[in-house]
Amino acid sequence: MFARTSAAVFLPQCGQVRNMATLKDITIRLKSIKNIQKITKSMKMVAAAKYSRAERSLKPARVYGTGTMALYEKAEIKAPEDKNKHLIIGVSSDRGLCGAIHSSVAKAMKREIAKLSGAGKEVMIVNVGDKLRGLLYRTHGKHILINCKEVGRKPPTFMDASVIATELLDSGYEFDQGSIVFNRFRSVISYKTDEKPLFSLDTVASSENMGIYDDIDADVLRNYQEFALVNIIYFGLKESTTSEQSARMTAMDNASKNASEMIDKLTMTFNRTRQAVITKELIEIISGAAAL
Amino acid sequence: MLSNGHPHAAWAHCSFGLLCLLQVFFKEANVKQIDVPTLTGAFGILPAHVPTLQVLRPGVVTVFNDDGSSTKYFVSSGSVTVNADSSVQLLAEEAVPLDSLDLAAAKANLEKAQSELGGISDEAARAGVLISIEANEAIVKALE
Repeated sequence: MFARTSAAVFLPQCGQVRNMATLKDITIRLKSIKNIQKITKSMKMVAAAKYSRAERSLKPARVYGTGTMALYEKAEIKAPEDKNKHLIIGVSSDRGLCGAIHSSVAKAMKREIAKLSGAGKEVMIVNVGDKLRGLLYRTHGKHILINCKEVGRKPPTFMDASVIATELLDSGYEFDQGSIVFNRFRSVISYKTDEKPLFSLDTVASSENMGIYDDIDADVLRNYQEFALVNIIYFGLKESTTSEQSARMTAMDNASKNASEMIDKLTMTFNRTRQAVITKELIEIISGAAAL
Repeated sequence: MLSNGHPHAAWAHCSFGLLCLLQVFFKEANVKQIDVPTLTGAFGILPAHVPTLQVLRPGVVTVFNDDGSSTKYFVSSGSVTVNADSSVQLLAEEAVPLDSLDLAAAKANLEKAQSELGGISDEAARAGVLISIEANEAIVKALE
């Protein structure tokens, strides 16, 4: 991404093919690249600070998320195969320059949509993050249910997750089962696009293992489900932010390194051109003097 | 963790997790008993409790450890799950140890909320104030 941006700013010529660029051109280019290097370096610092904060708050959030999923795993709730209405929540953010974060989530979602539509099911998607909307609205516009903006600027809170869940529940789309697609944080240099299942009220209520859970009436179960939905969204948001910040850190680091390389090469060319100009002037003076 | 072939095993402990959004208080800890306040009433969870799901309401959670000591936490809301293998997950939106709450501040908040209740007609805002009253009442009751 960085290489493409710089090509749009500068003359799109590579070193060997260039016709005798003047010293002025090279100086201008050198100054621009040095500025860009400063910018990418500072972006890397900012991303590193945000990343360490996000990672620290991820630890309890992770335990919280796995605690929420524990019920569904222990009761082995599985959605019946013949249900038709699906929901996919894609979690990403608004800002770019973070590597393959948005495109990997979009790719996973497109694959799921294709698989489910091929099986004749109805799919709707919720985009958390403007970048996802940009990637998906042209080809899968009719599947989009909700778009969320202003994601990624500040660290995500439980309030954000509950706003998303409220919008989803208010939208009136009665999904039978769904999944949330997000980038799970593995380490500073790696993340993985993961998918966690979401179950609707009916699926949970009619699952066979629920019978062993005593004293549950519909109201309690609905409250519980809504709370669990918010928890899962919160978990996805937290993991996604951490992955995004670490990916941005890596991307900006690579960009700074590339910029340093370009600066070295250009400085070389600059010096060589400078010496060539001096030599040319000397030759002119000497041949002029020799002609007299 | 025993498989489903042993329905009536004698459990000595619950494997307990008390998690709130910002902190993990207990994680897979072995405890004797947990008292929780739920929407349908307060009840105590002992090992081999019947599996259940409940929604919490603002109140005090008391954890009785193996050695007999107990610690109290105030939770705002959340859910509690008791599974068949005697593991208990208490997911609270906010949970604080009881001694970090200030009785005077809670009383002041309660009075303020009660006086606000009279002046609000909007349904949603009314619900918000009612929740605030309930939470503050619970704090005051717990601290006294």
